Amino acid sequence: MSFPWANHYEPQNPLMKWVDEKLPLPRLVYNAVGAGYPVPRNLNYMYNFGVLAGFCLVLQIVTGVILAMHYAPNALVAFGSTEHIMRNVNWGWMLRYMHANGASFFFLVLYLHIFRGFYYGSYKAPREMIWLLGVVIFLLCMATAFMGYVLPWGQMSFWGAKVITGLFGAIPLVGEPLQIWLLGGYAPDNAALNRFFSLHFLLPFVIAGVVILHIWALHIPGSTNPTGVEVKKESDTVPFHPYYTAKDGFGLGVFLILYCLFVFFMPNALGHPDNYIEANPLSTPALIVPEWYFYPFYAILRAFTFDFILTAQLWGVLAMFSAILMWFFLPWLDRSPVRSASYRPLYRIFFWVLMVDMAALFYLGGAHAEEPYIMFSQLATAYYFLHFLVIVPIVSSIERPKPLPYSITEAVLGKDDDAQLGATVAAKA
Amino acid sequence: MIRLFAILIGLVFSGVALLSFGVGAYTFATEEHEPTAEHEFHLAPKDVAYSFDGPFGKWDKVQLQRGYKVYKEVCAACHSLKFVSFRDLADLGYSEAQVKALAAEWQVPGIDPDTGEATLRPGLPTDRFPLVYPNDVAARAANNNAIPPDLSLMTKARHDGTNYVHSLLIGYADPATYKNAEGKSLAQEFPEFSTPPGLNFNPYFANLNLAMAAPIAADGQVTYDDGTTATVDQMATDVAAFLTWTAEPKMQQRKQTGTWFILFLLFATTLAYFSYKNIWAGKKPKKGSSE
Amino acid sequence: MADTTGTATPDMVAPETDATGDGVRRRDFINIAAVSAAGVGGIAVLYPLISQMAPSADVLAESTVEVDVSAIEPGQAIKAIFRKQPLFLRRLTDAEIAEADAVPLSDLRDPQSLEERTKAGQKAMLITMGVCTHLGCVPLGAAEGEARGEYGGYFCPCHGSHYDTAARIRKGPAPTNLLVPDYEFNADGTVVTVG
Repeated sequence: MSFPWANHYEPQNPLMKWVDEKLPLPRLVYNAVGAGYPVPRNLNYMYNFGVLAGFCLVLQIVTGVILAMHYAPNALVAFGSTEHIMRNVNWGWMLRYMHANGASFFFLVLYLHIFRGFYYGSYKAPREMIWLLGVVIFLLCMATAFMGYVLPWGQMSFWGAKVITGLFGAIPLVGEPLQIWLLGGYAPDNAALNRFFSLHFLLPFVIAGVVILHIWALHIPGSTNPTGVEVKKESDTVPFHPYYTAKDGFGLGVFLILYCLFVFFMPNALGHPDNYIEANPLSTPALIVPEWYFYPFYAILRAFTFDFILTAQLWGVLAMFSAILMWFFLPWLDRSPVRSASYRPLYRIFFWVLMVDMAALFYLGGAHAEEPYIMFSQLATAYYFLHFLVIVPIVSSIERPKPLPYSITEAVLGKDDDAQLGATVAAKA
Repeated sequence: MIRLFAILIGLVFSGVALLSFGVGAYTFATEEHEPTAEHEFHLAPKDVAYSFDGPFGKWDKVQLQRGYKVYKEVCAACHSLKFVSFRDLADLGYSEAQVKALAAEWQVPGIDPDTGEATLRPGLPTDRFPLVYPNDVAARAANNNAIPPDLSLMTKARHDGTNYVHSLLIGYADPATYKNAEGKSLAQEFPEFSTPPGLNFNPYFANLNLAMAAPIAADGQVTYDDGTTATVDQMATDVAAFLTWTAEPKMQQRKQTGTWFILFLLFATTLAYFSYKNIWAGKKPKKGSSE
Repeated sequence: MADTTGTATPDMVAPETDATGDGVRRRDFINIAAVSAAGVGGIAVLYPLISQMAPSADVLAESTVEVDVSAIEPGQAIKAIFRKQPLFLRRLTDAEIAEADAVPLSDLRDPQSLEERTKAGQKAMLITMGVCTHLGCVPLGAAEGEARGEYGGYFCPCHGSHYDTAARIRKGPAPTNLLVPDYEFNADGTVVTVG
């Protein structure tokens, strides 16, 4: 579906006509990300991150497939094969740093993409399906990233795998057998490493599939925009190409500059030194932490220290999984008819409190498990759950939103002739 | 209905988190907080300037050669370099023939061609640096129950690794008389602190006592071929530089490649910016943002 | 071009002025330049992506081997490994040399004299790959007691190629002689460096 004024694909030459008749792939591309897709004209830079996330997925798949040509998923040689890539393979050092930092930048982009959704109410009707698929993508990315981090078989790989699979061990009754089944043993070893490699290779293609569904679902209602007012007419939109291809091209350039600064000048800044020590089941690192993009959820996991009916450990596991799973319900928790936080004064305040809270969780998840960090993470965790499950539903019921512009055109140009016409009509009636 | 459930669940989770907070805060407030010697006297590594620092840093090959000599004559008795091959030494500015000669100075595991038994033979450029101990048990047995770690990746496996290696090597002190930079005496602040026999006090090591005795003990322990005076600090600096190279032999190439990447991207992104502004000209009002 | 449009940035130019030919051309130029830059960047990135499949540094380092040939007696051959493939080093007897020299080149499928296949002054030292030029099997004849074929050199059991004492193809499906790799003797002729 698209807006009635969308440009129509017309093959320019006989060859393209021929292709269009047999396999209308160019037409599909034209309608999906070309001139045939009308997009609100007022998108700001926060709307760049969808395309960037797609770029990151391609980057990870390309570099990942290449690394898999040189990597050996066997506990005896995995660490050495990673070093082989770093030292002997032509450009191997660059490809590995690109892949490792690519994961970090993928998550950076995903978080900004998600926070954009929180602010502009992108999850609201009629876009619930886009949101649900997005949360699925995020979960798949987390699983993929976790398994990928195990592959170099350094100390953090090993202990990360042990701790995370240990989470499943906290589940009553089935926990321990489940953990043993997941690992194919009693601790991470060859069996676990091999299956993690297999799944780490497979899942990105599953993600790519869900991304296609995500984009498909997006094309039914079209993009949201910073006003949250739906597209009404042609002057509200511009064709995706060339307007947003140009803007995304510029955004991609800025992204790549930042990314390359990390890849080439501080490639290990986002990693952990302990992962340059080969896995040793008999020696635990002083501080076991996941990669930075898991910190908020790791902070939530560690925040529960008090046995209340259930064990603290189980509370932590439940809370950590709930922290993301509850995003699935967000479209139904936030009942405000206004999408954009720009017109929701009360929600906007809480949104920014959430951002501060997330920042705190990001910091605390990487900190040592000692006071006062644990106390702060407990407060931050409490707010996190209050925000999504209590504040969002209540605020959306009691809030009085600011008046919305009549249309996107009015929001951009300051006036919309149709709006005045509408006003006169209303006055006459 | 769903919102009621949500509010309930939200209150439960945050309630339990706050309960944990309350209990934690109470314990924190009522418990005694004894400062530990590890916390008060552990030092961050000293900053040393190296030729390979910064975005345009390059190896100082003469320094790396000196560092190699320190490694060979001092460290190699206990520490292996298992991810490095002799052929890699060509990076240090050695010719092919020199690399061959350097490799031949090492004994690496081989197979007797007649009996098939394990034996030792002189190293070839294609060989890796040999292990010092056949396994961890042997390493422990020979070193008072501490395994000397492989040094190939040491400077990447520690925070601020290059400086850490240098600081650790020059940092040995006598715990009885040790005073930190603020003049606090360890013996006075923590009278119960002790360095067990077989361990050695070093404020740059995380728990202040490490198994390795000061490996570089005196000036002139290594005789440099280039005439540099081999002070303890010089030897520590050189070997730290050498181990930075072993940890990441491609560092210089990485930074040089990166410079080209960044320059190209700046150029392309500038073009992309003007192209973007160009295409949007007329679609945006002259002033004011998109909102 | 630049003088007519001045230094105004594109977004400051009012829509009417960019209708002039120069303005349009300059604007097209920027777009084309931006797309070209992206294309150049994309193609440049292909280089490492392709180059990573070429032999890595450790493989290249093993592409040269040294073999001590001083202990090989006339009539004896040894096998060495060169680039993960068998290498035959064989010291010919005088009879074998004479046999090889006696064959007229015109009788050969791949005409080459023994001189051309050995180094000057080391005519008895025949060094060839142990890879049949037919389909890559390892011919017999290097080890003691193995069949040497009808011509006393090497015999490939896969499809019956017979090589003579200079390892030249004489009978069977192989199209060319056993390959002589690049090698050099050291000063006293005891060690060869192959590759």
